[in-house]
Amino acid sequence: MMDYATLLQLLDSTLRLATPLLLACLAGLYSERAGVFDIGLEGKMLVAAMCAGAVAFYTGNAWVGALAGIAGSLIFALIHGVTSITFRGNQLIAGVALNFLASGMTVLVAQSLFGQGGRTPPLEGAARFNPIELPFAEALSGVPLLGPLYSDVISGHSILVYAAFAIVALTWWVLYRTRYGLRLRAVGENPAAVDTAGVSVVGLRFSAVMVTGVLCGLAGAYMATALQAGFGKEMTAGRGYIALAALIFAKWRPVQAMYACLLFGFFQALALRPDVVQAVVQVKVPVPFLDALPYILTVLVLAGFVGKAIPPRAGGEPYVKER
Amino acid sequence: MDRLPRWADVALVPFVSLTLAAIISALVIIAIGQDPWEAITVMVQGSVMNAYGWGYTLYYATSFIFTGLAVTVAFHAGLFNIGGEGQAQLGGLGVAMALLFIPWPHWTIALAAAACGAALFGAAWAAIPAYLQAKRGSHIVITTIMFNYIAASLMIFMLVDVLRPPGKMDPATANFPEAAHLPSFNEIPGLNLIFTSGVPANVTFFIALAMAVVVWALLWRTRLGYQIRAFGKSEPAARYAGINPTRIIMIAMLISGGLAGLMAINNVMGEAERLLGNSASGAGFIGIAVALMGRNHPVGVVLAALLFGFLFQGGAELGLWTKIPIELRTVVQGLVILFTGALDMMVRMILIRIFAVFRGRKLEAA
Repeated sequence: MMDYATLLQLLDSTLRLATPLLLACLAGLYSERAGVFDIGLEGKMLVAAMCAGAVAFYTGNAWVGALAGIAGSLIFALIHGVTSITFRGNQLIAGVALNFLASGMTVLVAQSLFGQGGRTPPLEGAARFNPIELPFAEALSGVPLLGPLYSDVISGHSILVYAAFAIVALTWWVLYRTRYGLRLRAVGENPAAVDTAGVSVVGLRFSAVMVTGVLCGLAGAYMATALQAGFGKEMTAGRGYIALAALIFAKWRPVQAMYACLLFGFFQALALRPDVVQAVVQVKVPVPFLDALPYILTVLVLAGFVGKAIPPRAGGEPYVKER
Repeated sequence: MDRLPRWADVALVPFVSLTLAAIISALVIIAIGQDPWEAITVMVQGSVMNAYGWGYTLYYATSFIFTGLAVTVAFHAGLFNIGGEGQAQLGGLGVAMALLFIPWPHWTIALAAAACGAALFGAAWAAIPAYLQAKRGSHIVITTIMFNYIAASLMIFMLVDVLRPPGKMDPATANFPEAAHLPSFNEIPGLNLIFTSGVPANVTFFIALAMAVVVWALLWRTRLGYQIRAFGKSEPAARYAGINPTRIIMIAMLISGGLAGLMAINNVMGEAERLLGNSASGAGFIGIAVALMGRNHPVGVVLAALLFGFLFQGGAELGLWTKIPIELRTVVQGLVILFTGALDMMVRMILIRIFAVFRGRKLEAA
């Protein structure tokens, strides 16, 4: 079996690894709830990671880097919006296109700026979001069981980790307790009704796509300036798609999205510690199997074996007023 | 007036989209401080100005014809198969299974066996997403994306833990037997007069062309093809006409997956002659761009595949001879998908305006 310290270590990396998933997942939630499918989360994260890594290096300030990441991601979100809302193009194809564009552009730009094979130079000091010690972490670490949980797992992450979890609450509130949230959900289910009520479908959807851009920007900035020290080629490594999987797993709801991302983050943490997995289940589990678990689970959910996932009804459909 | 003449629809729209993609690519090259003219010169020099370059261009094009046709067949049934990459990787596994354990006497028989293995494994990998779409209503785009990742993990597992020969470090199978070697262009009598040095393009190219004809015949000359296209145009209408949706979704996706899998006889059997990690190396995704650019017609797919073959070989030359990173081709790929796929409507709207202006003048003159 595994001891308490190992479990705490696992949970600690779960929180760190779940954060980019959670930010990207919440990003996708806004867009998809408004009826715009977004499989371009991966690309937006990647662009944001490159912008954040590069600007944080030049300015030595992680906050300025994060703003640059958000700006980069917003440009891609804008292209997605113009393509799929203004020109009523195929949202899925637009997402695929943006992912390739991001994959190539980030390397091209990073290579021309730094000449290090498409990486940004390593970041240190204030150019990164560094761990924050929560109050009383030191003092409480002596308390049995809960003390180490607080000081080792909950305390000691970067500000973006706490921000991500705060955004879960914020998203819940916006979605279910504000007029904007009501309209957002409505425009994803029945845009014609929203239009009849005199609210702009195009405006609402654009605002949602922009929020997606901001949150993907944070996710990318976290990758380059908190989780790792700089941008590397293809560093998001499919996290945008895992976030998409989590979003479906959570059936497009914010609090459930948090649980899904924690679960998938836990799988990622396990994949880094195959020795622990082997000790617990007493069988050698191949690492690729752990890597594939989030995707397998999502397929099972999609298949309706773990409760049916029904997407927003108008998702993927461009809105045509005349119809 | 809101329709384009047929010639404009078939030729002008893709041409304008491609031009837009090219202009933006040139701007990107300028933005990173390089010379677009130098880039295009190097690309043309290295890919189509000599037989050696053609040997690579046609090799890449062969793979893209298969994956482009795969996406095309699914598109006609109204299904967006993003899973070509995973299906092509599984196709590679099928090729390896067919060649590693049985000593085939001649390459022709080995090719037939490998093609069956490749198509079978590729189709099998498409079958689950197809079934889930048909029976449980799960969105095929999402499931095929998930299956790409599951395929990648499965292939790592197979290569590292199962098929890797004992004592070897790199995750790859043993070399296929000598008898399973496919003739390259430089080994085919007649063609070897043109291709004098060793090139990866091989007999599979002709199979790819044949498959393009088969796909055309299937879609436009058979009852099944008619049903597939009818289903893709309007599911309720097809249902009303007595077409069984489950059957069409399954068959279209099995054909699509099989075609994507078939790609493996080009790269795994024809070129690497053993199964390596990440064997499809993005060709499955390029199939999306190829199908969109080829306007989902086999002739267009072949032409678009040639163009992407040029882009791929030319892009590799860029990485060798200039300071422009090889990733430029991913950028171009993204732009082509964006303009020919997602911004199709924008290009059309612009062209319709222009045509309207010209017609207006004609009317005035009359």
